[in-house]
Amino acid sequence: MSAPAYLPVGLPRPVPEPDGLDAPYWEGARAGELRVQRCRRCRTWQWGPEWICHRCLAFDLEWTAVAPRGVIYSWERAWHPVHPALRGHGPYVVVLVELPHAGGVRMIGNLLGDPTAEVRIGTPVEAVFEPHEDAAPPFTLVQWRRSS
Amino acid sequence: MSAARTIRGRVVVAGVGETTYYKHGQAPEPETVLALRAILSACEDAGLEPREIDGFASYSNDRNDPSRLAAALGLPELRFSNMQWGGGGGGGSAAVGNAAAAIAAGYADCVVVFRALAQGQFQRFGAAPPAATVSGEAALTFPYGLISPAQRFAMRVMRFLHEHGIRADAQRAIALASYHHAQQNPRAVMYGRPLTADAYDASRFIVEPFRLFDCCLENDGAAALVLVSAERARDLRRPPAYVLGVAQGSEYRNAARGHNAPTYATASFTTVAPRLYAMAGMGPKDVAVVQSYENFTGGVLMSLVEHGFFAAEEANEFLTLDNLIAPGGRLPLNTSGGNLAECYMHGLELQIEAVRQVRGESPNQVPGARVAMVISGPMVTPVSSMILGTADVL
Repeated sequence: MSAPAYLPVGLPRPVPEPDGLDAPYWEGARAGELRVQRCRRCRTWQWGPEWICHRCLAFDLEWTAVAPRGVIYSWERAWHPVHPALRGHGPYVVVLVELPHAGGVRMIGNLLGDPTAEVRIGTPVEAVFEPHEDAAPPFTLVQWRRSS
Repeated sequence: MSAARTIRGRVVVAGVGETTYYKHGQAPEPETVLALRAILSACEDAGLEPREIDGFASYSNDRNDPSRLAAALGLPELRFSNMQWGGGGGGGSAAVGNAAAAIAAGYADCVVVFRALAQGQFQRFGAAPPAATVSGEAALTFPYGLISPAQRFAMRVMRFLHEHGIRADAQRAIALASYHHAQQNPRAVMYGRPLTADAYDASRFIVEPFRLFDCCLENDGAAALVLVSAERARDLRRPPAYVLGVAQGSEYRNAARGHNAPTYATASFTTVAPRLYAMAGMGPKDVAVVQSYENFTGGVLMSLVEHGFFAAEEANEFLTLDNLIAPGGRLPLNTSGGNLAECYMHGLELQIEAVRQVRGESPNQVPGARVAMVISGPMVTPVSSMILGTADVL
């Protein structure tokens, strides 16, 4: 599902790296999939992306769509606007979400909802894909909300 | 026969120098001039002729290239030109270690460690760099408003506080100690501007769990230390500060992208600190005074835990102002005012203060201090830390 953008437009737009390493992640997000790397040889999960498996050193990583849910591993509430696009916006919450079913890899995103509400580590969350169709090129962020 | 693989006692800090410390953007001279003045000041302090310098070491991509400095200073020969790779302020102690290693190995005889910053003339650290698009690590964080160093590190500190049941206000005493010490230090940017607990509590959040006073300054100035061998130091006029140990690095996969370090809630010292103590041949109880890099107070808290000064579970009780101030506190901390209140000279002012302590010249002297520690750049990678001592602890 999609939702309006959590933060104001004007923040730096994500683009895949020139060498293509993380392009499958961003293509997955456009398609409504949360993709992480997994080693074909030793089955180790890996995130962030790298060209080589950190465990068995095979250059043989596949991109696997994982269930877009997790638990809050850490969080912060930002108040000071460090970018012109955030001036006057007020507080917002950034969460670090752990995916226990994918080797415990962690994802950064915003926690949707009231930014002044209490945030608890360990809370289950689910992903919300946030498309930015008007950007050039378009991209999709992976946001999080408390599981219903 | 090979010498023992240590620099313990083989190299000294012979002299220290610094410019006036300015508020951000207020340096009256270009950054390179500040660097040159600090270097000459360190030589004068040591009683060394500047033409004896034959090497430079710095960190965080300092803009002042050693070859240019050597040409500007008319050095007869440049023998060592070294930049610590990565980690920003985490390279401060590593730069001293690299310089000491060069001297011990015979690459050079007289190496200057320096850092110069005139951020008003360049991009600030605490503001988003001007970019319309980002990729790689930044693509995973910037679009979510996780941009500045404070925002990057708040996430680690929040997890650490959670894991160990530490109250966010345990960070307060660290900020108060720096401001307390700065009131006795006329060089400090915050000299004459004391901070009370009430003012701390009333200050705005930058990013939870950091309030305004948990965050370092951004300043202009330059600092330098000049290092020579222990043998060379015997002829010099100042009491030498012996390098007893230096360690740098970080844990397994610390830099895994997108906040995926397996050992996440650390200041990155859990493997570094034991190696530091092993080289110095001592432990936390031998350290009289600590200068611990404050990018953010939560990082200091974690650094002190990882260097064994107290357990994480003791943080709520240990971190009181009385415990952290000279002369009588259990662990005098940041006795010049540090990055929070003396000057954000990217931490190198901490090495200078450690030298003052072992010389007995600090504005907040710990009586009889023979061993001083410096901890550089918590939560980045690589980090580094070092121990200095007087001749009688060799």
